[in-house]
Amino acid sequence: MNKPSNNIQIIDTTLRDGSHAVKHQYTLEDVTRIASALDEASVYGIEISHGDGLAGSSIQYGWAKYSDEERLSVAQKVVKKSNITVLLLPGIGTREDLKISIAKGARIARMATHVTEADISEQHIRMAKEMGLEVMTFLMLAHMEEPWKVLEQAKLMESYGADVVYVVDSAGAMVPEDVKARVGLLKEKLSVKVGFHGHNNLGLAVGNTIAAIEEGTTVVDGTLGGLGAGAGNAPTEVLVAVLDKMGYQTGVDLYKVMDAAEDIVRPRMLRPQVIDRSSLILGYAGVYSSFLLHTFRAVERFDVDLRDVLLELGRRKVVGGQEDMIVDVAYELSRKKEK
Amino acid sequence: MMSEKRVNVAIIGPGNIGTDLLYKIIKRSKYMNVVLMVGIYPNSEGLKRAHKLGVDTSSEGIEAVINTNKDIEIAFDATSANAHFKHAPLLEKKGIIAVDLTPAAVGPYVCPVVNLDKYLDDFNINLITCGGQATIPIVAAISSVTGVKYAEIVATIASKSAGPGTRQNIDEFTQTTAKGIEIVGGAEKGKAIIILNPAEPPIIMRNTIYTIVERVKKDAIVESVEHMVDKVKGYVPGYRIRVGPLFDDNTVTTMIEVEGAGDFLPKYAGNLDIETSAAIAIGERVAKKLINKSVELK
Repeated sequence: MNKPSNNIQIIDTTLRDGSHAVKHQYTLEDVTRIASALDEASVYGIEISHGDGLAGSSIQYGWAKYSDEERLSVAQKVVKKSNITVLLLPGIGTREDLKISIAKGARIARMATHVTEADISEQHIRMAKEMGLEVMTFLMLAHMEEPWKVLEQAKLMESYGADVVYVVDSAGAMVPEDVKARVGLLKEKLSVKVGFHGHNNLGLAVGNTIAAIEEGTTVVDGTLGGLGAGAGNAPTEVLVAVLDKMGYQTGVDLYKVMDAAEDIVRPRMLRPQVIDRSSLILGYAGVYSSFLLHTFRAVERFDVDLRDVLLELGRRKVVGGQEDMIVDVAYELSRKKEK
Repeated sequence: MMSEKRVNVAIIGPGNIGTDLLYKIIKRSKYMNVVLMVGIYPNSEGLKRAHKLGVDTSSEGIEAVINTNKDIEIAFDATSANAHFKHAPLLEKKGIIAVDLTPAAVGPYVCPVVNLDKYLDDFNINLITCGGQATIPIVAAISSVTGVKYAEIVATIASKSAGPGTRQNIDEFTQTTAKGIEIVGGAEKGKAIIILNPAEPPIIMRNTIYTIVERVKKDAIVESVEHMVDKVKGYVPGYRIRVGPLFDDNTVTTMIEVEGAGDFLPKYAGNLDIETSAAIAIGERVAKKLINKSVELK
């Protein structure tokens, strides 16, 4: 079988999606060590932002220990080969935040919207393109919509100038067939590259990424040690090893990413990056992975069952960014319990 | 009894917002009378609708408002920021008070229950944003009791209630709302986040207001917030507290739900209703003042 492309670009998002798992408390030394290790290993992009994107530091999403600007400044000093990448969610961050990050060396901008709301990213995509950046776009919680709808929204992003459109399984809720249906349709109908970003809540982050690649995806995300929201992401080092065995070229040094995962990132983990009942229920209920740690806090505050809270959030079809709904649901469940 | 004098008003922009304004004024206004609705497209559905309701219409836009002999004293502008920049000086020259529902912010930011008294004599009054109208009253209620070092609001609205104007200018929404939280709400620093949720049936507008306060005066804060909610209910009956105020150290969390009146816009679009309702509340106060003034002159 002729593979459509043998080259896979890996964006490591330990310093962005991984930030959720350390409650956005990376020190500047963490940033320096992780960014330089990734740069030496030659990943294509190193994503550095608050877990919820630029300007995500807030009560709603958690305060970051250092600002985006401070973290980008130290990374800029050590990153030589890889592309510094930033994430922006329109509605949270603005073009002003993007400009600041470009001044701090960002070369790839990623604009993320809920899978049905692509048109809120037009201003940001156009500006980043005009400023000479490579632009990748995220359709988040892509499991919530049928493939035709994902395509409709992907086409909007393509029309604004995106270089890559990602299918993002924010809730780690997709099975390989879901991934193939969405990625396959996008690959067939778009002329730009298609990316995939997975989460491991159902144990499928790597498997789904491979399924996406088999359908023609050429840009994929991982984090060192799988550090990330919910049960975490596809571990970068595992992706590199698997893709190498399958005959794909990533250009990434396997030993170096293995060492970075083991020696730098794993000791920083606040909890083991495993699929426990709480992260499994995220994938099962289809809830945004970064809700997990916020839900732990709310469950403690209101003394309710975590699974009840997450299942109710799934029923209410909450989308990314609606962390305030966790308190709303936990509060309501605690009231019901009292009665 | 209709013997009382009314002030003649015009609505500029016959879209969903303009039409909702029209319905509200016809249904409930005590002091205003819509004498003209203008747009720029002759085939506009909104103009046809207004015509059916017996209101004079024109597709000549701002020119029609300036050149009419209908003695218009207040104009509601429900167009766009760019259009309002052109309209504002023309209206002022003609002595017409502009109630501006666009993000142009030519005039001061006004939230009727917080700072309208200060600006009753201004020729141009700006409505900030829908998220601002929904959340600034709560920030102001808390900052009237204790210093607010930081206020952060999260407005979640149904995707269907966000028009192309909001979608293409989402940065303006967050930036203007944040400024309004500071200038009108009284917070030292403000931050605003907006989220669009496509769930069906559409969700009712929800707002979470977090404040970091200087002194945690629980009872006074709760009383002040509840009193403020009652005041907002005066023009948006579907404005209600869902959760809180909850206290966690020096952070106060209040969650508000805004159900619209369903005049022209659907009930879930509380975000649009609170904007048109605030505009009407401002219009009524200004109109009443103009009527009293003309009585005094006689």
